[in-house]
Amino acid sequence: MMQKWIKSGQPWIWLSASTVSISLILVFGLILLIASRGMTHFWPKELLEFHYTERDGQASVLVGEFHELESVAAERLSDAGFELTDNQAFYDRMLLKTGNRDVGGQDFRWIVSKRILQQSRPDSLVAIERREWGNFYGYLQSIKEKGQVVVEGEAVALELSTRLRRALAIYEQIREVEKDEIGTINYGMERLRLKQRRLELDGEATAANVQVIELEREQYQLDYNKLQAKLVALYEDINRDSLTAMVASGQVVEISLAKMVRVYYPNAMSLPAKIGFYLSKLWEFVSDDPREANTEGGVFPAIFGTVMMVLIMSIMVTPFGVVAAVYLREYATQGVLTRIIRIAVNNLAGVPSIVYGVFGLGFFVYFLGGNIDALFYPEAAPAPTFGTPGILWSSLTLAILTVPVVIVATEEGLSRIPKSIREGSLALGATKAETLWRTVLPMASPAIMTGLILAIARAAGEVAPLMLVGVVKLAPSLPLDTNMPFLHLDRKFMHLGFHIYDVGFQSPNVEAARPLVYATALLLVAVIVILNLSAIAIRNHLREKYRSLEQ
Amino acid sequence: MLMSSQQTPTHSIDISALGRSESGVDLNTAEICLEAKKLNLFYGEKQALYDIDLKIPKRKVTAFIGPSGCGKSTLLRCMNRMNDLVDSVRIDGQLLLDENNIYDKSVDVAELRRRVGMVFQKPNPFPKSIYENVAYGLRLQGINDRRTLDDVVERALKRAALWDEVRDRLHDNALGLSGGQQQRLVIARAVAIEPEVLLLDEPASALDPISTLKIEELIYELKDKYTIVIVTHNMQQAARVSDCTAFMYMGKLIEFGDTNQLFTNPIEKQTEDYITGRYG
Repeated sequence: MMQKWIKSGQPWIWLSASTVSISLILVFGLILLIASRGMTHFWPKELLEFHYTERDGQASVLVGEFHELESVAAERLSDAGFELTDNQAFYDRMLLKTGNRDVGGQDFRWIVSKRILQQSRPDSLVAIERREWGNFYGYLQSIKEKGQVVVEGEAVALELSTRLRRALAIYEQIREVEKDEIGTINYGMERLRLKQRRLELDGEATAANVQVIELEREQYQLDYNKLQAKLVALYEDINRDSLTAMVASGQVVEISLAKMVRVYYPNAMSLPAKIGFYLSKLWEFVSDDPREANTEGGVFPAIFGTVMMVLIMSIMVTPFGVVAAVYLREYATQGVLTRIIRIAVNNLAGVPSIVYGVFGLGFFVYFLGGNIDALFYPEAAPAPTFGTPGILWSSLTLAILTVPVVIVATEEGLSRIPKSIREGSLALGATKAETLWRTVLPMASPAIMTGLILAIARAAGEVAPLMLVGVVKLAPSLPLDTNMPFLHLDRKFMHLGFHIYDVGFQSPNVEAARPLVYATALLLVAVIVILNLSAIAIRNHLREKYRSLEQ
Repeated sequence: MLMSSQQTPTHSIDISALGRSESGVDLNTAEICLEAKKLNLFYGEKQALYDIDLKIPKRKVTAFIGPSGCGKSTLLRCMNRMNDLVDSVRIDGQLLLDENNIYDKSVDVAELRRRVGMVFQKPNPFPKSIYENVAYGLRLQGINDRRTLDDVVERALKRAALWDEVRDRLHDNALGLSGGQQQRLVIARAVAIEPEVLLLDEPASALDPISTLKIEELIYELKDKYTIVIVTHNMQQAARVSDCTAFMYMGKLIEFGDTNQLFTNPIEKQTEDYITGRYG
């Protein structure tokens, strides 16, 4: 009976089906875990107020967001100095995000559940997101204008929201002036300096030439002074208002409205308000710059850097891989040598990526970049232009990391083009190159795209080599902007993968950053999926167009 | 050997029933287009063609017949140097096109193939539109003028008797056509570049009888403009469409002559055995 069952092949079907299901469960479980941890981070959490007995027996009042619950051995608590009256082996304790880093010195603290005397969630509790010192939790007291109290009591909440809107609008203006306008001037000034230096190096720094540059510089200086004056006025404006608020322990603090990002009352929020808050936080996450050592704000520069690097890499790896594959498959005499080359190419795909990183740093950055600097940018010396890690070198390093994949896929595609099609073209008087260019390569393009898809999948997730050749924790400007020549391949950039590493393991505030790690991971997965899906869409379109291969 | 040649087997060909013109081709006086002189071909060590001497007359249809593997396709592919694509191939002797050796070092192969077009056994349209398939050869020559291309495409499709069937869908993918239409498209593609010689390598072997008939009619139409060389397995077909026929066996040219004469009164014993179906 059993033997018959085995012979029937049923167990084999079950085995193969179960391996597929296990893989699927793992993948979806992973994504679900990342999503549930990451996406809930932006939901407004209720603020709880606790009357608590500290370990030295003193009573205190705490306000915070509940984060997690765990149980600890009594021994550990008494070691930590708690006096425990009842003889339980384990006690529950909870992690609270108490915020107010400027008051208490830390964002998070553990409290032992047993020692909570009273717990409540007053509606009037306010949470304020700030540009520094993390969140503030407490009670509103009054609004001051130029140091004078203008509103007090009930009306504060309403007044605060209108005044905050004004402050945020001014903040936007300041950012525009500082980043865009002054940034452009600085960029222009730097170019002028380099131009002058270049003239000096070339021995053409005649009085007339220098005069022209000086004039331009003066113009920039005038513009700059104007902007500076505007900035001073704006700063005065934004610093007009401040808020006084009381923390749970009774201390009163004053917060300038210039430092606030948003104010909300989590306990009083309705569901639609919570959804609105969630969406605005989510939007901030994908569209804004990071704040507070990357633990707050958004990851837009990292998304941008990741996508940009992958695109530049694709632009470089595709022609290179395709041309190499065409030579190997179409022109080279098939023999021992081509076989060895093919084996070598395949093995190249297995080299650990950090090795490519070291190679990229040594060859691209120091050797190539250094020589480019010496030849073309002597005026910038000793500051390096291309002789330092940057997005170009990162893309190139990843391009050589992924080129074997493209070569192998393209070769595969070329070998599948029927001989009859090639003969048909040759018989019409096409040379071999014309046949390749007009018929064979277009027909092989779906295979080339498959190679590119694999290359993108590998490159977008790579972090280790990038740390050596161009990724940084915080890049001051994007590699693409409005300053000539728009695309700045020499710039350093941010990357989602590195961002995860940095936020999760290098951050000063690991507890606060942990959900962000999940959110960023989810985003990285999403970016890779989107990049892949678009490549797959292109491939399917091409396949549809050249579907003769299936005949 | 047991039967005398008078007792013709049933599946021999009744040449007079095919409605052919009685006037034969006199190979000694006819204008010569292609001429092979002592042509030998080797695939590596193996010899595939032995001392072929052959004169193909201009603007006539010449058929190559013979059993599988006798070298008729190989000989045909010599005529536009398609055999160059095979590694390890070696060719001795001469093949003259209008008295110039096409195996001369100075010959531009692409130019030669423009003059000597070829249609293959299996229809091989490119995965492009019908229009682009026909225009392919012209675009190769750098002709991109829309008006010229339109004219040539129309003329070529008309000559290949395909125009009426595809005039409304010139920009559809050629792979949507039936096998017979595809084969006529491939012929149109070949005649679009105005070759002097058209080589047909079993053009109808993958087609149904009706498509085959259309192709044969087409060959008949085309012969007043082009020299046509056709390889076929089908002796009926050779008898129907050709003016001259060459019989090949084991890489040797056994007999070459006017079709009427070769099918009714072969000189060689081997030819007679083959056309009467005693082996094949």
